[in-house]
Order: sequence, then C-alpha cells, then structure tokens
Amino acid sequence: MRPLSIGDAVSSTDEVDDTGYVCPMILPKPRGNLSEWVFHRLRSVTDEPRPWSGAPIPGATEDEDAAIALWALHELSYGGFEDVSEHAEQDLAAQATRTHLERELEQRLRSRWVGRPVEPVEVPAAIDELVAGDDGPSLAAFVHRRADRDQVLELLRQRSVYHLKEADPTTWVVPRLPTRAKAALMELQFDEYGDGDPNRLHSHLFACGLEAVGLRAEYGAYIDDALPEVLEMNNALSMFGLRRRLRGAAVGHLAAFEATSSLPSRRMVQGLERLDFVEPMVRYYSEHVEADAVHEQLAARDICGTLAADEPAQAQEVLFGAFTCLDLEARFARAMFTAWGVEP
Amino acid sequence: MSAEQFEHPDVVLCPDGPMLLRGVDSVQDADGTVHAVDRPVVAVCRCLKSSRLPWCDGTHKVIPRGHS
Repeated sequence: MRPLSIGDAVSSTDEVDDTGYVCPMILPKPRGNLSEWVFHRLRSVTDEPRPWSGAPIPGATEDEDAAIALWALHELSYGGFEDVSEHAEQDLAAQATRTHLERELEQRLRSRWVGRPVEPVEVPAAIDELVAGDDGPSLAAFVHRRADRDQVLELLRQRSVYHLKEADPTTWVVPRLPTRAKAALMELQFDEYGDGDPNRLHSHLFACGLEAVGLRAEYGAYIDDALPEVLEMNNALSMFGLRRRLRGAAVGHLAAFEATSSLPSRRMVQGLERLDFVEPMVRYYSEHVEADAVHEQLAARDICGTLAADEPAQAQEVLFGAFTCLDLEARFARAMFTAWGVEP
Repeated sequence: MSAEQFEHPDVVLCPDGPMLLRGVDSVQDADGTVHAVDRPVVAVCRCLKSSRLPWCDGTHKVIPRGHS
C-alpha cells in the first residue's frame, strides 16, 4: 500500500470558470499494464468508429490496475474526461474490457457473500438484521474520539471519490424498477438532489465542505490517491447501477448504505466539531443525520420491500447488494486503519 | 397489477422506528417550538432519545427493543 499523504491544499477556483462550471477531469494515472493499455486506447478514440479485433485484453498487474481501469471505463458514462473523446463510451474495446472487468468484479463480490433463502416479505427485516449484525470497524467512531486533523483530511479525500457524485449511480436504476419502487426511489433521490435547490444537493454540500477545509473540490481531484478499496467500492456501485440485471443489488446496496449513515454521520459531526472543522464540512454530515433517518426507512421498505414483492427473484439480489455495501465499507475501514497504523 | 391503486399514506409508523410524515410544511415539538420542514418526507422521533428532537437521528436502533 502506498503511504498516505495529505494532499496539496489547493483552491479549485482557478479551475472553475465564471459560470461555476467545473472543468472535467483528465484520465487518472495508470496503475499497471492493463490500465496503461485501456487509457492508451481511450485517448486514441475519435468520432470515427474503429473496429476491434477482439485481441486478448492484457492481464492486470495487480488488483488496483484492474480497478482503476474499470473506474475510468465507468466514468465514460458519467462526466467523461477532458482528454478522451465522448465517443469512447461506445468504443468496442472499451465496452468489451468493461464487460470483462465487471465479470471479474461481480464474481469476486459474490464469492464473499453467503446467501440464504429469503421470502420477499422478509426482505426489509433481513436488511435490518444484516445491518444490526455488521461488526466492521467504524471510521466514524474513530473520527468522533481519536482521529487527528490530518487523518480526517485523508478520510475526506478518500470519501470524495464517491461523495462528489453521491446518489448518481443509483439514479441509473430508476427506469428499471416497477411502479412502487420507482416512486419511492424518486422520493429519496429528490432529497439527495437537494429537493430542487442546487445549494442543497448532497454532492454540492460535500464540495463546499472540501473547499472550506482547503481541499480540492473538483470531481476526481484525488483519484490518483484513491486506495484500491475505494476504487472497488465505487466500481461495485457503478456496476450495480449501470446493469439492469443488477437492479436488486443496487437498491439493496442503497438500503444498507442509508441504514448505516445517520448514527455514523452524527459521530462525524461530533468529531469534526472536536477538531474545530469549519461549518460547511460539518453541515454535510449534519444534513445526513436527519436525511438518512428518513431514507433508510424508504429504502428498506418502500424500495427494496416492494421490489422483492413485485419481482420475487430480486429478494436474494437485494440482500447481496446490502451485504456488499457493508463488506466493502469494512474493507475500506480496515485499509485506512492499517495505513494509519492504529487499532480500530 | 399495472393499473392498481396503491396505498400511499401521509403518516407511516415504522416498526421500532420513527413516524414518517409526507408533505408537511411544519411540525410543532413538545415544547411548542415550530420547526419548518424543507424535505418531502420527514422522520419524527418516537423513542424520544434522539439528539435532534423532534427529528429521528437513528438512536432507536441502539435502544434495546421493548424499552423504547
């Protein structure tokens, strides 16, 4: 694992134009042969469709090589890259590589999960049970009582990979849900997106917080420092959101995420106040105490419960997604504690 | 079931959890203070252990069931 270092405290104002438009990011640094090959291919895409021979995809040098490649391939469907043509999303080699890497990721995630049969009607209770039984180490508890300022800044940089596009991966799922689950997911997402007020958009609240504490707020600013566990977490979320087949896992992930947010967010607030962090950063977590107390109820019952009732085959998938959320967070927390050399 | 009419109550009592209120503009707490609501659904604390009364903050989950 690379040593953690505190990023340059750079204002992002020089990268925002007069309209407030944040310039798109450039491709991250490759982390091995595979990502080198993928990024080279992406940079060479033009508006002329290019055939692809189906030549073997290079093997990954290590896990994070595959993870950064898949992360970049998914980003083509979000904000894209300044140094890559918008046509790259449809490039045959990009699509084949993404499918290949997603298959590996999905197999790995499923191999970690021990499912058990569940009746659709039991799904909300089964989610509650998974969450109640979660014994992963808590980063929020560490921030609450023990973390120093630099450790919190490092955590914020790692979290920024997701929080700056918070809720977006789950929005892909909306058209794939039956009526009740669709309405409930929109009710939740509307709140994630600020209830119509751009200033209250959750990802925007996080960006304001980052800027206020002297960190870079533009999307993807810290991707080159992202731990492999952060990349895996983000890739799982994007894969669940982008593939219709995985819609149950996507909303199960959402339910577990929301159900493990209110109380930890409160501890984050207390930790940030202990360390005299400025109000905009505290506000992001403070907003999540109340919002996610609502969202967890909507997610478990109105979204996951009704999806399982309408499409019984999705019941297991919902629990797979919920488990994966908790498992990936635990892996990330352990990686952070290891990097800091502290006991959870 | 495509044209079924669904239940969509404005007040929902969550098992061992908060009360959800849909589409309200304000809530008066036990002290008489009126709190503005700026989201489509709010969760009102029922265990009375929340640090943010009248709103739920998830504390009910760490209270043993039956003692709330």
